[in-house]
Amino acid sequence: MTDIVSTTPGLYPLPDWAKDDLSGLKGHQKDDLISGDEGEEIVSVYDEARADVIETQQAAGLDRVVEGQLRWDDMLAHPLAVHDSVDTRGIVRYYDNNNFYREPVVTDSLSKDGGDVAADLGAAADLVDDEALQAVLPGPYSLADLATDEYYEDEAEFLDAVASFLREEVNEFPEVETLFLLEPSLVTDAPGDGADERASEAIDSVASAADAEVVVQTYWGALEEKVHAHLLDADVDAVGYDFVTDHEANLYNINEYGTKDDIALGVVDGQNTLVETPGEIRERIEWVDEQTANDFETVYATANTELFYLPVNKFEEKLQALAGVAEVEEVQA
Amino acid sequence: MSTREQFRPEDHENDHFLLTTVVGSYPKPKWHDRARELFEDDDSDFDLDDWEESKDDAARLITEEHERAGVDVVTDGEMRRNEMVEYFAHRIDGYDFNGRVKVWGHNYFDKPSVVDEVEYDEQWLVEEFEFTNDVADAPVKVPITGPYTLASWSFNEVYDDEEQLTYALADLVNEEIEALVDAGARYIQIDEPALATTPDDHAIVGEALERIVDDVPEDVRLGLHVCYGDYSRIYPEILDYPVEEYDLELANGGYEQLDVFKDDEFTKDFAMGVVDVHTAEVESVEEIKENIKKGLEVVPPEQLTVSPDCGVKLLPREVAYGKMENMVKAAREIEQELDAGEIDVVAGAEASADD
Repeated sequence: MTDIVSTTPGLYPLPDWAKDDLSGLKGHQKDDLISGDEGEEIVSVYDEARADVIETQQAAGLDRVVEGQLRWDDMLAHPLAVHDSVDTRGIVRYYDNNNFYREPVVTDSLSKDGGDVAADLGAAADLVDDEALQAVLPGPYSLADLATDEYYEDEAEFLDAVASFLREEVNEFPEVETLFLLEPSLVTDAPGDGADERASEAIDSVASAADAEVVVQTYWGALEEKVHAHLLDADVDAVGYDFVTDHEANLYNINEYGTKDDIALGVVDGQNTLVETPGEIRERIEWVDEQTANDFETVYATANTELFYLPVNKFEEKLQALAGVAEVEEVQA
Repeated sequence: MSTREQFRPEDHENDHFLLTTVVGSYPKPKWHDRARELFEDDDSDFDLDDWEESKDDAARLITEEHERAGVDVVTDGEMRRNEMVEYFAHRIDGYDFNGRVKVWGHNYFDKPSVVDEVEYDEQWLVEEFEFTNDVADAPVKVPITGPYTLASWSFNEVYDDEEQLTYALADLVNEEIEALVDAGARYIQIDEPALATTPDDHAIVGEALERIVDDVPEDVRLGLHVCYGDYSRIYPEILDYPVEEYDLELANGGYEQLDVFKDDEFTKDFAMGVVDVHTAEVESVEEIKENIKKGLEVVPPEQLTVSPDCGVKLLPREVAYGKMENMVKAAREIEQELDAGEIDVVAGAEASADD
């Protein structure tokens, strides 16, 4: 019997009160963005905002609770943006969106400790009760893709260094049930020959550090066939597919190459205010189930993308809708 | 047929005429921002009449500030508008607002959602134009956000895709432009900054513009403003658009992209950014003259319009004024040098040799 687990890829919108408070405390320019050494007042606003979004998830009844990544001013580039060996330079476009982040430029060895994801996750762990905590990280390929390297020999060495940095973060994690590795760049800037295999190996190395179920979430389309085939070689528990942007190509990949025993389905649109009903979400999951020969043990029902694109009211409605699906399923089971 | 001559001031002293204008927005006076705060404060007795008066005062002041700087074609600095998508979405049936979303860092905007078929409701810019035109001695330009940007920077809950929403909005923009033309507007600039971010959609923008220009008389000057993108991905394709002038940001990038426009002949008017709106230093007249000469590498003087890179609203007001004032001085000096034959015009010279 398939177990439907409701979750999200994290990177939540800040609660509106925190938008105001932090604008006032931090400012609006690129020099005002998060540095990792923010003062007590700012830290306490983030602490309160984290508690706020964790409560929202608990109230909705999601099966996995995320930290929310509210400090990630630079979105998926955040873990490098606060690293000591990284300079942040101009503001650059975040994928094909009307959003921008500071270009992280790696100027020294990433082996030195510089991350803060584990610490935030630890703060979140203190706030969850019986719920299962889910960690969120950029996948190594996407994180390397969002950054500029001025230190390592070549792309392969840089990817290795990024993967090793992420592994160190994972090693510091508190107990988590699931780890979502977000890998949109695997779709939008697909690795070519050789690089596709290296991307898979880098993901495998990060996943192997985690004592948790690991999901590699891909989005903004479907993976190229070869990239998909290589990704399946990584020892992860599930691959996530974006069934909002391109359901046909994703279905083709699954049926042509197979997938893992578990699967994540991006069936809620993280970039549109139109709120799906639990019934619609369930239909989409059932549709994938009917169209594939697989017998999935676990289906992660999730938004296809991060959720910071949404206004807070619609974001909260989407969490409730996602949580509602799992409830319906459980009743049927 | 060029529509440019109608904007040459009667007392213009030089034979050559480099049309000077602005992209649109201008820093709001501090008292006008304060008036908005009071109007939005439920505890204040600052009412709608007071707010209307503040907008009128600000529009009058900034229109005259443009004239004082000597700009040939002016705007009111968009004193009545808060943001380039929100302002219009509030006036279109079918739009709804849910709250702020992040653009970057702690910069947000109230990104609207299309929740029903879009329909023309109240006027968008006719009253703004009539007021400004009444205040100004100089001709007035009307900047209007284009349908592709209105669609791209909204959540689409209704239409099959962004393209269909763009075309539906284009029909509304057409309706507004017809009303503006009836009210006497002769210079309209369609702002499509979203095109620079998704250049592959240039055909959609082209089709939308065809709908917009439907029934617009020939003597109305239509321009298109695009900024902050890779122009090589939309040029020369955009030359096929049914507009007469392209207003492009180039000073910010140090004219790195200028060569893009030299490979294929620039067959329309070129409104080139000659001052950077992202530096708070006022460029000297000499520096701006050098920038204008770069424009003359692309088009002959009769096709060159001189303008800032983009709206200047984020600059301190005195800096914005200083940039405009020096921009106009630089243009007039270049005209004199052209009259005196002191500048070799490169662009267009080969074409005339072929004639």
